[in-house]
Amino acid sequence: MSAARAELADLAGREYAYGFSTDLETDFAPKGLSEDVIRLISAKKGEPDWLLEWRLGAYRHWRTLDEPTWPNVRYPPIAYDDIIYYAAPKKKPALSSLDEVDPELRAMFDKLGISLAEQERLSGVAIDAVVDSVSVATTFQAKLAEAGVIFCSFSQAVQDHPDLVRAYLGSVVPPRDNFFAALNSAVFSDGTFCYVPKGVACPMELSTYFRINAAGTGQFERTLIVAEEGASVSYLEGCTAPMRDEHQLHAAVVELVALDDATIKYSTVQNWYPGDAEGKGGVYNFVTKRGRAAGARSKISWTQVETGSAITWKYPGVVLQGDGSVGEFYSVAVSAGHQQADTGTKMIHIGKDTKSTIVSKAISTGHGQNTYRGLVKMLRSATGARNHTRCDSLLIGGDCGAHTFPYVEVKHPTCQVEHEATTSKVSDDQLFYARQRGIPEEEATSMIVNGFCREVFRELPMEFAVEAQRLLSVSLEGAVG
Amino acid sequence: MLLIDDLHASIGDSEILHGVSLEVPDGEIHAVMGPNGSGKSTLAHVLAGRDPYEVTGGRVIYDGVDLLAMAPEERAAAGVFLAFQQPVEIPGVPTMYFLRTALNAQRRARGEEELGPVEFLALVDTKRRLVDMERALLDRAVNDGFSGGERKRNEILQMLILEPRLAVLDETDSGLDIDALRVVADGVTTLRGPDRSALLITHHQRLLEHLVPDRVHVLAGGRIVRSGGPDLAVELEAHGYATLDSPAVEPRTASAGTASIGTISTGTISTGTISTGTISTGTISTGTISTGTAR
Repeated sequence: MSAARAELADLAGREYAYGFSTDLETDFAPKGLSEDVIRLISAKKGEPDWLLEWRLGAYRHWRTLDEPTWPNVRYPPIAYDDIIYYAAPKKKPALSSLDEVDPELRAMFDKLGISLAEQERLSGVAIDAVVDSVSVATTFQAKLAEAGVIFCSFSQAVQDHPDLVRAYLGSVVPPRDNFFAALNSAVFSDGTFCYVPKGVACPMELSTYFRINAAGTGQFERTLIVAEEGASVSYLEGCTAPMRDEHQLHAAVVELVALDDATIKYSTVQNWYPGDAEGKGGVYNFVTKRGRAAGARSKISWTQVETGSAITWKYPGVVLQGDGSVGEFYSVAVSAGHQQADTGTKMIHIGKDTKSTIVSKAISTGHGQNTYRGLVKMLRSATGARNHTRCDSLLIGGDCGAHTFPYVEVKHPTCQVEHEATTSKVSDDQLFYARQRGIPEEEATSMIVNGFCREVFRELPMEFAVEAQRLLSVSLEGAVG
Repeated sequence: MLLIDDLHASIGDSEILHGVSLEVPDGEIHAVMGPNGSGKSTLAHVLAGRDPYEVTGGRVIYDGVDLLAMAPEERAAAGVFLAFQQPVEIPGVPTMYFLRTALNAQRRARGEEELGPVEFLALVDTKRRLVDMERALLDRAVNDGFSGGERKRNEILQMLILEPRLAVLDETDSGLDIDALRVVADGVTTLRGPDRSALLITHHQRLLEHLVPDRVHVLAGGRIVRSGGPDLAVELEAHGYATLDSPAVEPRTASAGTASIGTISTGTISTGTISTGTISTGTISTGTISTGTAR
């Protein structure tokens, strides 16, 4: 291939725009993990005894587990004793308004392009901001409260709505679910809680911005969203982290519960620091996300745009329990530089006439390795269940890889499963065609890749679709000469 | 406008253009005709800067600058447009979006202000009528699922929107029905002006019935073997390229002789008359005479 083609694979020029760190006064727990650290975290947050016991149970179980080795990713062993499991910006909020937010913190969010105040005023999007592990600002609470929607930090929910939290916490992802879920259950420090009561359509998009700031810390947040009968909610999370030489661990858990006729749409734009051009540093994003479409005709839809992280390991899934329930998974995953992604979904069909759709778009460039791993399981009870899976991989340059591991288990003859998969390259023909029309090579590549992802982007709320396209362009910067 | 001087180009190890020389003055439309495999498409692609083709000698001067030193997008911004023989599909990218991105990239490169969505829409609406294209087609992804005719119309639409100073049409006429052919011809005619030129690369003379070129060049075996007025195209259509493929017209051996064929056969062309006598092979001269007779 030509020189220009060879340069396609060269990602040295790539820059991470969110790599700054902010000088926030931070409150740390001592390094390493022990029952004492867990007691400390729980005490800092003034938690009830049942929650402390729940954490300790998870911790004891975690100690009996081995880190999973089946994902198609390579990384050196993680020293769990070197991680700081709790870090919080010190001017800890008892915030009643945005004006009380630490100015440094405000400046940080401004730099990220998320002005909380602006967002509140202009977009009508309610935002919860989680820095390191603690929720620092939640906007629009009052307006949401009028509609009966609870949207607050997890810690606050534990204080104000303990019964709701207790009823649903761990009901979708039990503390013993897997190694990283058990770790999270033991040490999670904050996160977002959202509850939409019966018959309420949440009046605005809800959103959480996650930011890892402090060095040497892990981030272990927990998100719990419950939509009661007939309720609907659309939620988006965005994530960034500073550039640091060491790897940072992010092990989150997200649980969604949808009762009869409820709809939850959960969108992620994940842009954790991916590491430098040599693969040094970057976030390990080991996340367990699962929704329970518990009620009849309920619907849970995951949309994820994964452009960041050194390693991504996540399989947002749906347990289709209610009859006629619907599960969707739309994913764009980019592996550039030395990024590795092993991601996909699990659709577990239990109820009758349940239906799931999977659209996965994987993009590999540089030395990136991208794996789609998906499970479609239809139990004997899932009569008439249907699944359609479409799994496309796009390669840019010659040093990257795309892998697909689809698992299908069907226990009833009335079930229908379809699986389509393609692998293609950004062709020289397409690039040349666009360039001949005057579009510079980098912009042309970005345009072609965006076209490839269009099916997924159109699932995102409008303003975030724009954001996702921009992020994708940033990820591909330097992917061409 | 365009000066091609002793251009040599290869793909891999094989040289395809063996020294092409050609000049297209401002405001003129020239046709390059030739049999399959003569290097026509290579010439088009080299002018546009396509990658695997390597220029091994000669020069191309466009508007006084070295065209070969420019990246494809720079050539486009400078006003060089290539209508593709096989327009490429770009799934997921709406045609409207593609067009606006292209136009604004060019305007930006030239230091002009970008067109806003409303102005652009108005521009597209005017131009698409000229090529008989439905608005709905433009909301679909670039060439994705377009018929052959629709793709070619789309090429011409892009040309009309981008308003190049030098349009190179690479067999845009191939496989078109008469209506589409007229669209292509009208498109080029619309753009015609004192400071715009076009190079029509074609195998057939059909397009030239609708669009009379100022000059016709015959490319065979990687060289321009003859040049003439519009009648040369008519003659080639009547007689074909068969004679040009014969060994006698291989470059180096008998290029002068080759030129002479045209002289006899058309009878109208004044160039190369002297060399008639140099034809050495019977086959060619026979062919020549019969063509001449036919006229």
